[in-house]
Amino acid sequence: MSERKDLTRRRVLKAGATATAAGAVTPYFFTSPALADGHEGFRNAPKGDTVTLGFNVPQSGPYADEGADELRAYELAVEHLNGGGDGGMMGTFSSKALKGNGILGKKVAYVTGDTQTKSDAARASARSMIEKDGAIMITGGSSSGVAVAVQALCQEAGIIFMAGLTHSNDTTGKDKKANGFRHFFNSYMSGAALAPVLAKNYGADRKAYHLTADYNWGYTTEQAVQESTEALGWETVAAVKTPLTQTDFSSYIAPVLQSGADTLVLNHYGGNMVNSLTNAVQFGLRDKQVNGKDFQIVVPLYSRLMAKGAGANVKGIFGSTNWHWSLPDEGSKAFVKSFGTKYGFPPSQAAHTCYVQTMLYADAAERAGTFNPCGIVEALEGFEFDGLGNGKTLYRAEDHQCFKDVLVVKGKENPSSEFDLLEIVEVTPVDQVTYAPDHPQMRDAEGNVVPIGTCNPGA
Amino acid sequence: MLSLNARDFQLLLFVAAITMLAPIFLNPFPVDSSLAQFNGGYPDLMQRFVIFGIFAIGFNILFGLTGYLSFGHAAFLGAGSYAAIWMMKLLTMNIIPAIILSIIVAGLFSLAVGFISLRRSGIYFSILTLAFAQMSYSLAYSVLTPITGGETGLQPKLNDPRILDGELAAGETARANLFGLEMGSSYDLAVGGWVFTFNVGYYIAAICMLLAFYASIRIFRSPFGLMLRAVKSNQNRLGYTGVSTRPYTLAAFVISGMYAGVAGGLMVAMDTQAGAERMFWTASGEVVLMTILGGAGTLIGPVLGAGMIKYMENIISKINTTILEAWFAWAPDGLQDVLVSVIYPFVGKGWHLTLGLVFMLVVIFLPGGLMEGFEKIGGLFSRKKGKNSDSVAGSASPAAAE
Repeated sequence: MSERKDLTRRRVLKAGATATAAGAVTPYFFTSPALADGHEGFRNAPKGDTVTLGFNVPQSGPYADEGADELRAYELAVEHLNGGGDGGMMGTFSSKALKGNGILGKKVAYVTGDTQTKSDAARASARSMIEKDGAIMITGGSSSGVAVAVQALCQEAGIIFMAGLTHSNDTTGKDKKANGFRHFFNSYMSGAALAPVLAKNYGADRKAYHLTADYNWGYTTEQAVQESTEALGWETVAAVKTPLTQTDFSSYIAPVLQSGADTLVLNHYGGNMVNSLTNAVQFGLRDKQVNGKDFQIVVPLYSRLMAKGAGANVKGIFGSTNWHWSLPDEGSKAFVKSFGTKYGFPPSQAAHTCYVQTMLYADAAERAGTFNPCGIVEALEGFEFDGLGNGKTLYRAEDHQCFKDVLVVKGKENPSSEFDLLEIVEVTPVDQVTYAPDHPQMRDAEGNVVPIGTCNPGA
Repeated sequence: MLSLNARDFQLLLFVAAITMLAPIFLNPFPVDSSLAQFNGGYPDLMQRFVIFGIFAIGFNILFGLTGYLSFGHAAFLGAGSYAAIWMMKLLTMNIIPAIILSIIVAGLFSLAVGFISLRRSGIYFSILTLAFAQMSYSLAYSVLTPITGGETGLQPKLNDPRILDGELAAGETARANLFGLEMGSSYDLAVGGWVFTFNVGYYIAAICMLLAFYASIRIFRSPFGLMLRAVKSNQNRLGYTGVSTRPYTLAAFVISGMYAGVAGGLMVAMDTQAGAERMFWTASGEVVLMTILGGAGTLIGPVLGAGMIKYMENIISKINTTILEAWFAWAPDGLQDVLVSVIYPFVGKGWHLTLGLVFMLVVIFLPGGLMEGFEKIGGLFSRKKGKNSDSVAGSASPAAAE
């Protein structure tokens, strides 16, 4: 095609000229008069008398159940913010800025999207909420990969991101962003809360064998549990990675007995955990005696939906969770009551954290007097609150992580209903799970502390 | 013009006009109307239209011309994405080096995969490519986490080296740009109740697609393209006449891999993030669907198929019960509930169901894809009869495309 080179080059030049011309008339981000009135100087400033929130949850894929529960919680939160229903946790929340007339007098509207538990799909859905629907805040998600991806997108676009269920250290560790906030607890906290309970119940001289889901969340959880238990005298015999798509764990369970370990730690979530725990119980691990001790199994991150999947196998097995509907405090009771009245069953921990995140955002906007992301960030940083189900809680300014009590739970021996599967063994006080913002587990692969950056209002 | 015959040149002009005016005609409904739900003219979706258009055009060079059905093309897209994001992290946020490296990496990767896979044909070839793609996906997801970021993927960080860019000012984040022109910047034009968004990233991607489309026309019309069609119609006969087909099929495979690399690089340029799941086998299957839905072997069909699938994924999937209830608010209570419950399974998370139905209808009634439908419609109004014999196997008739 060499004889046509000149024509091709001319095309390229022409194309370049077009691009330059397009650039010359291009101001920075949205400047259209149609998209701003009243509030100005930040992206997607709400116009008219409504404000739009974006609920980006997995509606298909492995975490669709959790996504559906998150969506229920969001719809409930919107109802309460707009003054409907019984107000839920608005009555017990220590901050009284919310009045039940929307946020800053604007009625709350929302759009929904499907993350499919894939970073690409989640970002596409979040971008359409931002670019098309004018969402001022994005929230939701049920995996850390998605949370980290959407959080980075929101930082770039100048939108606030209120993370849903994400447990990996990275979300507020090496991948933290100024526009992103997480209420849920993380791997480090699970390890720190679990280890003392395990040592108390099973002794301080255990030999642990880890099976770990082969992706980021698995790595951070394995590291957290290992470091916390080793600090109390446990020994880690082996840590084996299992593929995320594995459904039969027999071949991974068999070597556990030969290794001389007397405790099996399953760093698995969702369907992985249901299958690996079932396999382990079928192999009779729990009836074995090793090193003169009863063999034990531990699941660092529990959810009620997982406990339901694993059925009777979870009985007596320790794990940690962010929140449980059987908590006796006023906030939890109010939330369970209004959720139960509306949907007929108690909320999951995913629903709880999503509801709380929406309330915290709305409250921060009220206190700041603006929807400007920088105002929201300022209002949330270092914010101390109570009455939202986890007791006294702090939104730490350094990494935008919530610090609160962590629940250590155990599979219930005699469940009274299909929802009553976990019992609370201990409420680990917040001091015990607090860590320094530059803790080694929160650093990147080279051991550097990643800065959080500054808030971006997007305009 | 441009060494194209008149009909191809018309087709190219037509595609150019469509892509340049897309921000206007993809937003046919005023912002405040209830039909604004169906507006597709926002930057993210328009970028996806043209990026997946490029991907499908490239795939069509392999599948449409040679008939080799690769089930692993998403691996090249993913490899291109990782190459681009590393270029942005290490060298510069300018998209040019990123896209160039993504083409090179995808080309080399497809050369290696094609060299092995093309030893077989038919279903065995498909399975081999599928296996390679799934291997790449699994590696990227877990074993290669230090390079690929695993599940979390890769994004530009504040403390990346970016040796050509220099230090960021305080409070600034690294943004993809073309010599300072940021991909994310847009100009909003408000006309009456309508808002049209002209986005820099979209136009850059659209220009890339036009170049890709032009190159694809040239390949279709070249002796090389003819040889690829000969491979499709009867590879054995070519062998008996003494032609070795391997170099031709391998070249087609590498070219389509490089197209996938461009698409992967552009995806990173428009949205600076790369994750393993874009290499998953469903992503490879999607490009096959796009090509067949639009019309395999036609010039413009794959672009239409890509647009259709991405539109459904992003627009239909966002319709929820609240929106449905608002639409049917005019109906009496009982009827409203019936209407909502009948339509609900096909929208929102049920968009796959709608896509599946459309795909079935197309495959059953229009085996040549959407292009065949347009040709049939065009045939109804055309005075010239019986001129579409070469169109399904060969070119799209521009008369139909117009």
